[in-house]
Amino acid sequence: MVDASRSYEPGTHPDLPPPLAVRGPILWMRKNLFGSPLNVILTLVSLYLLYLIVPGILNWAVFDAVFVAGSREECREIDSGACWALANVRFGQFIYGFYPVSERWRIDLTAVLFLLALLPLLWDRTPYRRQWFIYSGLFPLVAFFLLVGGFGLDRVETTRIGGFTLNVVIGVTGIVASLPLGILLALGRRSHMPIVRTLCVMFIEFIRGVPLITLLFVASTMLNYFLPPGTTFDLILRVLIMVTLFSSAYIAEVVRGGLQAIPKGQTEAADAMGLGYWQSMRLIVLPQALKISIPGIVNTFVGLFKDTTLVVIIGLTDVLGVGRASLADSKWQGLAWEVYVFIAILFFVCCFSMARYSIYLEKKLHTGHKR
Amino acid sequence: MAAIEQDSDRFSLGQLWFDKRYRAVVMQILVVAGVCLFVAYIAVNAVQNLEALGKTFGFNFLWAPSSYDINQSLIAYNSRDTHFRAGVVGLINTGLIAVGGCIFATILGFIFGVLRLSSNWLINRIVYCYIEFIRNVPVLVQILLWHGVIISTLPSPRQALTATEGIYLSNRGFYVPAPIVEDAFIVVVIAFFAAIAGVVAFRRWAKKHQEATGQIYPVLSISFAAIIGLPVIAFFLAGMPLTLDAPELRGFNFQGGMVLRPEFTALWFALSVYTSAFIAEIVRSGIQAVSHGQTEAAFALGIRPNWTMRLIVIPQALRVIVPPLTSQYLNLTKNSSLAIAIGYMDLVATLGGITLNQTGKEMECMMIVLLIYLSISLTISAFMNWYNRRIALVER
Repeated sequence: MVDASRSYEPGTHPDLPPPLAVRGPILWMRKNLFGSPLNVILTLVSLYLLYLIVPGILNWAVFDAVFVAGSREECREIDSGACWALANVRFGQFIYGFYPVSERWRIDLTAVLFLLALLPLLWDRTPYRRQWFIYSGLFPLVAFFLLVGGFGLDRVETTRIGGFTLNVVIGVTGIVASLPLGILLALGRRSHMPIVRTLCVMFIEFIRGVPLITLLFVASTMLNYFLPPGTTFDLILRVLIMVTLFSSAYIAEVVRGGLQAIPKGQTEAADAMGLGYWQSMRLIVLPQALKISIPGIVNTFVGLFKDTTLVVIIGLTDVLGVGRASLADSKWQGLAWEVYVFIAILFFVCCFSMARYSIYLEKKLHTGHKR
Repeated sequence: MAAIEQDSDRFSLGQLWFDKRYRAVVMQILVVAGVCLFVAYIAVNAVQNLEALGKTFGFNFLWAPSSYDINQSLIAYNSRDTHFRAGVVGLINTGLIAVGGCIFATILGFIFGVLRLSSNWLINRIVYCYIEFIRNVPVLVQILLWHGVIISTLPSPRQALTATEGIYLSNRGFYVPAPIVEDAFIVVVIAFFAAIAGVVAFRRWAKKHQEATGQIYPVLSISFAAIIGLPVIAFFLAGMPLTLDAPELRGFNFQGGMVLRPEFTALWFALSVYTSAFIAEIVRSGIQAVSHGQTEAAFALGIRPNWTMRLIVIPQALRVIVPPLTSQYLNLTKNSSLAIAIGYMDLVATLGGITLNQTGKEMECMMIVLLIYLSISLTISAFMNWYNRRIALVER
């Protein structure tokens, strides 16, 4: 501390800290909350709004909430807040759908294996990354056998896959399958061959021009007409195909944007080095184009994952289907808030983390090519 | 080696694949052949399947009586009308939700987008949390949530919430008095259009005047005053030719008045809020895309802050904002097809839902629905391209 009463030799006075008003939290508050009269009003209004809203939400969702009860009436007798008991009682159904209870471990195992398969993709310092990728490539097969059965495991009807598992299965399959298809479509749209280009444009514009739900209707009502008479075709498989086609059109547009941003000189240089079309695409153009389209691609994936809820309209029991079924149960009628908020939080956690990961990736890959 | 050199002039079969000139042609022919085969395969299957089911392909069913009711219709409709008319009612309902949703979403989106740019930390954070939460929850969940909340938490018509006489909020809908127009009301409409014509002429004159003399008129406020004021004056001069038909409780529900049904309200609100979160991000990035040098240059020229915003920043930001904004409008229109989940009678619910189930004409119904959505999308895209070209001209 500086002693104010003491006098110092010239040049020996210790540095004083800046006055309290221009540093630390006070400065920060003056700058960010009370900078101008308008800002003061905005701050006070939003504080008042927070005061009105936040305690209400907290009371409803946490303090007055009921976590264990047998029915809505019991909930209401215990306390006035949210009746999470519903989500608690039916948690298994929300997550696993109508998958046989004794076989639920298979879904758990698949989830763990899925995360392991994801690891080398998400984290570039995974030990033995290359070898690990082989496993990631094989994972879809493993997952299929685990979920559907075979090789000594009991067969489970695909209609019994439901709940959040169904959303994840449709989402992940759609994502994995639509990326290569989308890249091919984007390349086709920029091809020099007029017929290939026209076909790709027609496909992309058609898919992007109609709502997903109509395509799902086509899958559920119309697709049978186009298959040889007598063929039966798994509904989930039909949905998977439609969802993949749907999101591949969007991916194609995102990737096309990336391709357009790559200067022509890159392709010309590749040509000059004697690389063929596929080589120059694989080694020169696509790595750069995909890098700049990452945010768009992840956005498309987030959109696709959210759109997986649409399958409830054509009669599959995904997590939303389970929710609606529980609302129809006379024991739990009228709990719309609880059911839908619970589902909303499930989706929010998944989609928000995907979005954050894309921002992280964008920053990491930002190597100076961006204008 | 020698053989190859000799053959280079002559055409060999291998060249079809290994010569770049021919390969493109060959590949396209293969693709066309493949597509044709695929289409033929599908067509043959479809014909066989239809035959096996004893169905015929045709659109005559559109002129048969629909024999189902639609609870919300802007044009006269009853169950004796044709399927075609039911489809038109559905299309109008889709249009209504799309237009209403776009307007509300734009207003909300611009407000939140600007607030998101605020230097006020608290506002900034609150709006960020709100936008991120709304954006990352499926729109179908939001639609079902609002619908469920309206249905299950609002009181029944007998105990309806009411602000004043004639305005009721219940789980059957939001009831307000309906205006009944008398003949003299035409004066107000004429006054409205006259005001618009006058404003257009005044703006032209003011622009010329400004270019000639440099004198600036407050065009915007005068325009607003004229467009709102003139019809209001005309309304009073004509002796208030408008009566209100208030809703009344009769039996179990209200009669008369205008009603916003729960399905419409939930869908409209959920779609607007969902889309507004995306619009807010578009607006934010659009305004941020205008370089700060532009604002500084304007200040250096002595242009006042609100003029800088209006004349410098917003025109440039709009160039960035409009293309993604149009695609959000398109998304909202397409998302309105989720109406079927809560029973709002839009195009998919009428033609692609009940009509399809009643007539069993899956293929025809879905073709019509897909074509209509496709033409809406292509029209909006065409408009967007036209607009892009137009504002690109304004640019240097």
